[in-house]
Amino acid sequence: MPEAPLLAVCGLDAFYGDFQALFGISMEIARGEAVAVIGANGAGKSTLLKSIAGLMRSRPDAIAFEDGAIGGMAAYAVAARGIALVPEGRGLFPSLTVEENLLIGGQLGRRGAWTLRRIYELFPVLGERRALASTALSGGQQQMAALGRALMANPKLLLCDEISLGLAPIVVRDIYARLPAILAEGTAIVLVEQDVVQALKAAQRVYCLQEGRVALAGAAKDLTREAIAAAYFGV
Amino acid sequence: MQWINVILQGVLVGGLYAMFAAGLSLIFGVMRLVNIAHGDLIVLAAYIALVVTQTLGIGPLAGLIVVVPVMALIGYALQWFVLNRTLGDDLLPPLLVTFGLSVIIQNGLLTLFTADSVKLQAGAIEVATIRLGEGVYVGVLPLLQFCVAVGVIAGLRWIFYRTPLGRAFRATADDPAIAQLMGLDNRHVFALAMALSLAVVAIAGVFLAVRANFDPSQGPARLIFGFEAVIIGGLGSLWGTLAGGLILGVAQAIGAHLNPGWQILAGHLAFLVVLAVRPQGLFPKVRA
Repeated sequence: MPEAPLLAVCGLDAFYGDFQALFGISMEIARGEAVAVIGANGAGKSTLLKSIAGLMRSRPDAIAFEDGAIGGMAAYAVAARGIALVPEGRGLFPSLTVEENLLIGGQLGRRGAWTLRRIYELFPVLGERRALASTALSGGQQQMAALGRALMANPKLLLCDEISLGLAPIVVRDIYARLPAILAEGTAIVLVEQDVVQALKAAQRVYCLQEGRVALAGAAKDLTREAIAAAYFGV
Repeated sequence: MQWINVILQGVLVGGLYAMFAAGLSLIFGVMRLVNIAHGDLIVLAAYIALVVTQTLGIGPLAGLIVVVPVMALIGYALQWFVLNRTLGDDLLPPLLVTFGLSVIIQNGLLTLFTADSVKLQAGAIEVATIRLGEGVYVGVLPLLQFCVAVGVIAGLRWIFYRTPLGRAFRATADDPAIAQLMGLDNRHVFALAMALSLAVVAIAGVFLAVRANFDPSQGPARLIFGFEAVIIGGLGSLWGTLAGGLILGVAQAIGAHLNPGWQILAGHLAFLVVLAVRPQGLFPKVRA
């Protein structure tokens, strides 16, 4: 990486009460790259994303974004810096229509390539259903809406927490097929996935978490199945 | 003819109750906070209106221009500095703190203004009436109060469903953590909701003070009327709140007409009947 990383995580710990979920995680994300974070259930993948997004407290110097420490910041301040999280389980607002969900994603007024019109071009089905309640969408459409809502903030870094969760393989492929269009706008993407094959195809680099620690890191094309299996299961 | 007048009176007073209720409902809807001090804040608004009209020498309705922003500011500060600290998974702390606030406001007003009842003078408009038909009259002031109430409810609905602020209210009510990811600071959103609630309280307080005598101890009864209107109408529905206020007003008017001592009782009975027959209220908001 020739230039300074977009995001630098350095020795990040995270706790749920007395339970420690992350142990000294370090990782770097460059501008515009796609990075996959894989690992078994409970490995700390979602906790890592929540910590970066500011939903969990962390040491101020543990997370740096564009040369500024964002570790101790509240989630709304992190969002204003240009980090958007597509939360696990989509987290659409049930009281809002599809279009309102997208609009509230853009309420910070960060300028960039993504507008309501562009989102509807990326996911035409959302345009057709813009006036419906977000709860009236199918699972895959809800995931598209959650992705669109995050894009409306024109983030520099997009964090996706298990976007394949609970969706049919064909729908997952459909959503993953849109990621290149997002990367093309210069947005970096972190994909947290249990679906390793899908993640390896979409990402240039991979971090594998195991029990709150980085067990393996490297370029997606260099990692062997055996190395990943060993890091994944700890065998 | 007599009954038409009675019901008309009830409807017009019901508008005032709907305004008591709207602010209460708004706060509960956005942050699940039951504001026990709501009634006392209405009385506080009435006293602020008293001071404003006396010092500036203007009428109560013109005084709204000052009282509404002042109350909104008090609401924002109250939420930001006090109530935001009490919000969490537990419903009890905000309940206790607003209860304490209620005591503080009552005693503060008692110290500053004594227990003597006072009234805002609106001038000729107070006694002006319109003849609607044979033996049917409405007062201009109650009619104005009712129209303002309808306007307030319509305005709140517009804010809630048509503006970015309302979108932020609804999103934060749905899921405060996810709302933060959208760049919304919950504390600020809650403070704006309280400011809006107390702006409505200010309007209600001024009409209350023009309509009848008031004193520092009147808050809790206004709180009860507000609560009853919210429950009758159904939680979360603004038009339901208006209907709840009207039903309460009409029930009280009928009770008072039968026997002057039954006014309050009749309102409570109407509330209990609705609670027994339709505990979810008449127009509950269906949540998907």
